[in-house]
Amino acid sequence: MRLRLAWLYPKHMNVYGDRGNIIVLRERCAARGIELAVEELGPGDRLQPAAYDLFFLGGAQDREQRLVARDLALQKGPALREAAEEGAVVLAVCGGYQLLGRFYRSAEGEELPGLGLFDAWTVHPGPGARRFIGNVAVRWQGGTLVGFENHGGRTYLGPAASPLGRVLAGFGNNGQDGGEGAVYKNAFGTYLHGPLLPKNPHFADHLIALALARRYGEARLSPLEDALAWAAHRRALRLARRRPILGRWARALGGLRAWPRNR
Amino acid sequence: MDAAVLAAKGASFLVRRLGLGGGTALPGLVALRLDGAVVARLAARLGQGCLLVTGTNGKTTTARLVAGMARAAGLRPVANAAGSNLVRGIAAALCQAAASDGRLREAARALGVFEVDEATLPEAARLLSPRAVVFLNLFRDQLDRYGEVDHVAALWRGAVADVGPAAALVLDADDPAVASLAGEARGPVLLYGLAPGPHSLPAPEHAADARWCPSCGGELAYDAVHYAHLGLWRCPECGLARPQPHLEGALEGRLLRLRLPDGSQRTLALPLEGTYAAHDTLAAVAAALALGLPWSAVEEGVSRFGGAFGRQERLSLRGREVQVVLAKNPAGLNQVLRTLCGRPGRLRLALFLNDGLADGRDVSWIWDVDFELLSGRVAWAVASGSRAEDLALRLHYARIGGELTVERRPVAALHLALERTPPGATLHVLPTYTALLQVREVLARWAGRPRFWEEAAT
Repeated sequence: MRLRLAWLYPKHMNVYGDRGNIIVLRERCAARGIELAVEELGPGDRLQPAAYDLFFLGGAQDREQRLVARDLALQKGPALREAAEEGAVVLAVCGGYQLLGRFYRSAEGEELPGLGLFDAWTVHPGPGARRFIGNVAVRWQGGTLVGFENHGGRTYLGPAASPLGRVLAGFGNNGQDGGEGAVYKNAFGTYLHGPLLPKNPHFADHLIALALARRYGEARLSPLEDALAWAAHRRALRLARRRPILGRWARALGGLRAWPRNR
Repeated sequence: MDAAVLAAKGASFLVRRLGLGGGTALPGLVALRLDGAVVARLAARLGQGCLLVTGTNGKTTTARLVAGMARAAGLRPVANAAGSNLVRGIAAALCQAAASDGRLREAARALGVFEVDEATLPEAARLLSPRAVVFLNLFRDQLDRYGEVDHVAALWRGAVADVGPAAALVLDADDPAVASLAGEARGPVLLYGLAPGPHSLPAPEHAADARWCPSCGGELAYDAVHYAHLGLWRCPECGLARPQPHLEGALEGRLLRLRLPDGSQRTLALPLEGTYAAHDTLAAVAAALALGLPWSAVEEGVSRFGGAFGRQERLSLRGREVQVVLAKNPAGLNQVLRTLCGRPGRLRLALFLNDGLADGRDVSWIWDVDFELLSGRVAWAVASGSRAEDLALRLHYARIGGELTVERRPVAALHLALERTPPGATLHVLPTYTALLQVREVLARWAGRPRFWEEAAT
């Protein structure tokens, strides 16, 4: 069996070890005898909506995000939307997630139009606003998802989008309503990087299963040896749940002992 | 009496006496608290002025090389301890070098050689009025702290525009973000760069290494890549290209063949392995030339260089050789892995990943590291540190082979790794920044070596 993945804008959107998501998808497919063909598409490249089973977008710096937004609007947007409407699997992380909403308003008030795949919009409250940075844990389908978030923008969902999960620890979409990420059909947007898939093998398999079911009508994934992945998952969960005040004390004490840099 | 200096000295004595560490930052904080102008005041007494070294990777090595060259030239370098590169670290170093009345000993020969954190550079340049500033490179490091590489580049442009025409800029021509600072310079500029050679790659290896033209924003093309995004870059859209360096080095094994700004040719035996170390040496030579140090001092400084704290540092321990190499971001660690893979035989590795504030709390960067290079080259590996499980998972997906052990506690991990290393063999220890401090302290104690602050003062 074969699945095809389009990695959109890998040179522009890859700030948080996003390659890890691709590595994990490829390896977990390979372990089940499935070949995952990965194609990297940059600005200007044409996107054939029917040619791929999965799409991935990572995070970006502001400058690159602006460039990508333009290409998405003029070039790839309609094709990506068509594919998503027909059930293709989309994973968009951080900046990629923001771009798939209706719009992103930057700290300076500049408005970038998004694809509008998710009924969501993102507003950066301004240059002085607190960034949401830290380990994050989310309740998802009776289990948990763990990752690291780092975003200045606050994302709000409209009625047509539902959150990916509920925040257990961390900030999530906007630090207020307890929602994290967005889901529309088989498209998933999230602020969780770390990267997302290595430490969340169940979510990685969920994406693969959705893509297989759509392409081949069936999806039975044999279990893999995931002891290391779950150990890392549990560790991240513990760190996310650690009360920040205690963490600060522990760091201060550690800092006194051996920390000349004291950043 | 100088109250700030006196208080700093008292704090330093207490910190060390109580076994709390090296006292490389806290005394500086105390002094700054008492007198916000202490840095500018003491720095003005440096008879030879001061040099600042900044950049993501290579600050410590470069600054120590220059300090050695200055010493060989008969000067008295005043330097901050490895990694203590915020203003407080510089304040601590200056207070340490001053007598209790605030006067510097042998002030006429004193030269400040300070490594400076990337984001601290504007403030440090304002306080210190340097004679020269070395900009090494700009990589991704600690995204959770800075947010963005672009942000640091903008800070640097501002700082360069601020420093007066008296300050020389020493810039790496091979890094587009650094080379383009020349356009903002008000004083003299000395560009250094490596010539292409057997070490070169045809193109950047990773999507993450892609760089955009500092002038028009187009994607840069490369005629040769040294590593990551450093190399002979040019913009196909607007024609901007790597400027011809005034000081150019060609790498031939461990020899660095140099063409100096005056056209003369020189050769140096490199003190450390790897293309990145060659770049650091080249930067140090350029800095020495900008400071007007004689060539004999450059040669002596390089030949006497014993390595910097935890930078390819070798220790002998119970009949085993232990090599400690700081590995704190993808560009640096990729270079370390490449150098290790050039060794014969299978590697014994102890890797440490911490997520302290100084390491960056976000550990996602390990997925941008080419651990795949190690595939089939590893006898065994121990993964340790506060994010040992994340590291082990990355190594697992890289299919490095060999036996993989997870031991979160660093001391236990070191014990384990040393026990497994047969006498006469080498153990490679690769820690992140805060892990280096933990690991180095333990190893130094076992090997009877001085602690880092004692070493930094020599």
